[in-house]
Amino acid sequence: MGDAVLDQLRAATADHAHAAADSDAVDGVPARWVAAPADTDQTAAVMKVAATNDLAVVPRGAGTKLTWGNPPSRLDVLLDTGRLDRIVEHAAGDMIVIAEAGCRLDTLQASLRDASQRLALDPSGHGGIGGTIASAATGPSRLSYGAVRDLLIGLTMVRADGVVANSGGKVVKNVAGYDLAKLLTGSYGTLGIITRAVFRLHPLPAASSVVTIPASSPAEVHDLVQKLIHSQLTPAGVELDLPTPDDGTLGVLLEGTPNGVEGRTARTLELLGARATSSATPPPWWGREPFDNGDVALKITHEIGQLPSLLSAIDAASRATHQAVQVRGSVAVGTLLAGVHTDADLDIDAVARLVDALRHDAASYGGSVVVLDAPPAVKARLDVWGPVRGLEMMRSIKHQFDPQRRLAPGRFVGGI
Amino acid sequence: MSIRGLADELRSLLGEERVITDRQQLRTYECDGLAQYKVIPALVVLAESTEQIATVVRACAEAGVPFVARGSGTGLSGGALPHADGVLIVTSRMRRILEVDVASQRAVVEPGVINLHLTEAASPEGYYYAPDPSSQQVCSIGGNLAENSGGAHCLKYGFTVNHVTGAEWVTPTGEVVEIGGKAPDSPGYDLLGVLVGSEGTLGIATKVTVRVVRAPEAVKTLLAAFRHIEEAGAAVSSVIGAGVVPAAIEMMDALAIEAAEAAVQCNYPAGAAAVLIVELDGPSAEVDDQFDQVQRICEENNSFEIRVADDDTERAMFWKGRKSAFAAVGRISPDYIVQDGVVPRTMLPEVLHRISELSEDSGVRVANVFHAGDGNLHPLVLFNDAVEGQSDLAEEISGAILDLCIEYGGSITGEHGVGSDKAKFMPRMFTDDDLDTMQMVRCAFDPDTISNPGKIFPTPRLCGERPGRRQGAHPLAEAGLAEIF
Ligand SMILES: Cc1cc2nc3c(=O)[nH]c(=O)nc-3n(C[C@H](O)[C@H](O)[C@H](O)COP(=O)(O)OP(=O)(O)OC[C@H]3O[C@@H](n4cnc5c(N)ncnc54)[C@H](O)[C@@H]3O)c2cc1C
Ligand SMILES: Cc1cc2nc3c(=O)[nH]c(=O)nc-3n(C[C@H](O)[C@H](O)[C@H](O)COP(=O)(O)OP(=O)(O)OC[C@H]3O[C@@H](n4cnc5c(N)ncnc54)[C@H](O)[C@@H]3O)c2cc1C
Repeated sequence: MGDAVLDQLRAATADHAHAAADSDAVDGVPARWVAAPADTDQTAAVMKVAATNDLAVVPRGAGTKLTWGNPPSRLDVLLDTGRLDRIVEHAAGDMIVIAEAGCRLDTLQASLRDASQRLALDPSGHGGIGGTIASAATGPSRLSYGAVRDLLIGLTMVRADGVVANSGGKVVKNVAGYDLAKLLTGSYGTLGIITRAVFRLHPLPAASSVVTIPASSPAEVHDLVQKLIHSQLTPAGVELDLPTPDDGTLGVLLEGTPNGVEGRTARTLELLGARATSSATPPPWWGREPFDNGDVALKITHEIGQLPSLLSAIDAASRATHQAVQVRGSVAVGTLLAGVHTDADLDIDAVARLVDALRHDAASYGGSVVVLDAPPAVKARLDVWGPVRGLEMMRSIKHQFDPQRRLAPGRFVGGI
Repeated sequence: MSIRGLADELRSLLGEERVITDRQQLRTYECDGLAQYKVIPALVVLAESTEQIATVVRACAEAGVPFVARGSGTGLSGGALPHADGVLIVTSRMRRILEVDVASQRAVVEPGVINLHLTEAASPEGYYYAPDPSSQQVCSIGGNLAENSGGAHCLKYGFTVNHVTGAEWVTPTGEVVEIGGKAPDSPGYDLLGVLVGSEGTLGIATKVTVRVVRAPEAVKTLLAAFRHIEEAGAAVSSVIGAGVVPAAIEMMDALAIEAAEAAVQCNYPAGAAAVLIVELDGPSAEVDDQFDQVQRICEENNSFEIRVADDDTERAMFWKGRKSAFAAVGRISPDYIVQDGVVPRTMLPEVLHRISELSEDSGVRVANVFHAGDGNLHPLVLFNDAVEGQSDLAEEISGAILDLCIEYGGSITGEHGVGSDKAKFMPRMFTDDDLDTMQMVRCAFDPDTISNPGKIFPTPRLCGERPGRRQGAHPLAEAGLAEIF
């Protein structure tokens, strides 16, 4: 059957399909074929081949986060979106852009810059927009511009059965029908293949500056964050960097007109106190993940007002399990990332206990702990997604969209 | 079970006074803000708690009886239009603001809470609830959630969906589910993303957690008058093109101004073919800088008079004309249709021109009021129902305007929703496959289609087999190694 399938995949992609190599494995699970469709129609044709032959499919963008989530429970076709890389339309006057899923974020930003515009997501290097949507990436700019889901105004997807569906449109205001784009955001490839997205854009700010202040203790950080959010200084980002428990920095990004930013920088310095300093550009850690490939990567959310409970919980769990935890994130939004560096003597049990302890305390900070990434042995030892509200509803949705469980099976919450 | 049987059951479960079956009383609920559609519900329940709503929904599910949620009934698409053989579940007794948590910048409210009341509750702390539909003095947060309502200030601050972070939800099978909360990004699919804007078709919100926003340091408002509507349109494009993101840019044309003058004497500059209201808010220095820029742009586009509001009273005067515009056209026409469509904002001048052609060719007057910054048109199509044929003609023009919106790459609704009114237009904007896919979500939540049936989708989808409960359980959970709940 193998050759016959490859022939079908080739036919579907104008010859852009081949047998998979070792490097095409997804989180340790080998694929059998790689198919690289060039447009939505070819993507639909690939999904029809998969449907006919009951093949499991995992979509791949730039492949930077392909290990996130659980490994797929089965995998036949790696659907590579690298050729779906066109910027279809940039309507500068309407401040929207339509781009294909494989288009890299840095390429897109570079082209928007000519019109003094940007997609207000933080520069995420070479990740693709499909992967950014599917993993619901979050970064510092979210404080003032919203998350991926808030900037996404339209979407084209291919369903598990090969049917093409659109939702939303290309206008910023639109309430016609269900918003499938939001449903697909953060779906990790389990509901459909995103082939095209429409985003609203923002003007590049004329000026910006960053104020930083050392802050490490939960109470101190909380106090500063509260001062900032209740002020009328409208920071564009408020980020905490806490590489070790007593070496923290709080950074505040200000954006606007040159005159306005100058004034607000002065006022922010005054608000935060004598130890605060300002600079024209953000510190090197700004917007970067506090972990490397292969590390244990956590996403922890919290109620803004319960930040001290979270920071204390992290500290306590870290001490109790002897795991050094690097923390960074958007403390005025409620999303933190945390990394546990792994080396030769990775203590799987200790990592599992760390995650358990943080989840145990979740009620105190009102959030959740997701293990975005971890070495396979760690993932096998714990539930990477943790408790999920509304899981039955999610299962029902998955069952409607992909009853045969062909799309990224097993990767998502509750085994979806 | 018959409706009468259901009424008896609900009476015994909830108490006499919460269940209405008297025909005269039922009539109060026969329509929402779109009065041309009227249906008398079989019975009405005035719910007071989540448990009561869940009880009613469960009873409906068991009896196979449809139910429709209703907040304040101000919807303009017939979303809360009752079902003749169904139960109307009214939330107007669920008006408690449960919590305003300023430290976390969130509020938790019952679904019947009036939009403006939340802002009033948060304002002593210097906070407010940002989405501000013109109906904010009466509409409910539950209705806002269901319609994903917008308002003049949504240009900068986003719509309801950008402000809801959690909900307690009664599913169409009567289960109570917590979704999201005060923290962002709860793990799993973005259920709130589809529930907000689902127009009552996926169940009922019984509690809503929303963001509250710090009030801006400065607010500045100007009113600019133009002799030609194209000039006003060009000014809007230039403002946005200059990288300014105003809190609001609203436009009214001559006919809308005439109506507003007749109704509320807003005293806009005489002889204007169009006025713009531009509001900027934020830090003082930025607002000042950009306000000068906006004024310059209006002058460059031949505005013949620019007024700047010196205080809140003057600002309120500017807004009074705009906010009363819908009702005001009642002064210049016995009947009217409020249309709601969207076009890419750069297409505004062209689309306005096409609308005026439609109006001239048919002899049907159209007044234009709109959220110009995001291309959201509210053409008011004027007619006299007493004159034979006028109502049909007005409907035709109203529909033709939506076709224009679609032709220019826009939408058939920017904020009022599809409801009963626009279901028939959905196939003009979406393919059968698009609609089929949306309805897969419907099937996931409401396989028997009892939650507000007949709204949004012109033809229901057959849902097929039910999902198995244990489908796709995590292997660890299955093996008892990890806890899912
Ligand atoms: C909480 C969070 C914070 C983040 N913060 C940052 C940050 O600060 N800076 C930064 O640089 N990056 C950040 N990211 C990562 C960002 O999401 C990725 O860098 C990148 O956008 C992924 O793109 P990719 O093309 O490499 O995706 P891949 O690694 O190829 O895929 C990622 C996932 O998306 C699925 N997928 C890919 N394409 C599609 C498609 N077309 N349709 C459906 N599913 C698809 C894949 O199956 C996989 O599950 C963050 C992510 C998260 C979740
Ligand atoms: C003068 C006027 C001006 C308006 N201006 C605007 C405007 O600027 N922007 C705008 O967006 N809209 C506007 N509207 C429309 C309307 O006010 C909004 O759609 C509003 O959100 C409806 O709220 P409601 O409480 O009246 O809902 P209802 O009309 O009672 O119901 C609307 C829909 O929501 C559903 N629903 C109600 N409560 C719930 C619940 N708890 N759970 C699930 N579903 C529920 C109903 O089934 C129905 O489908 C205006 C209306 C009028 C009359």
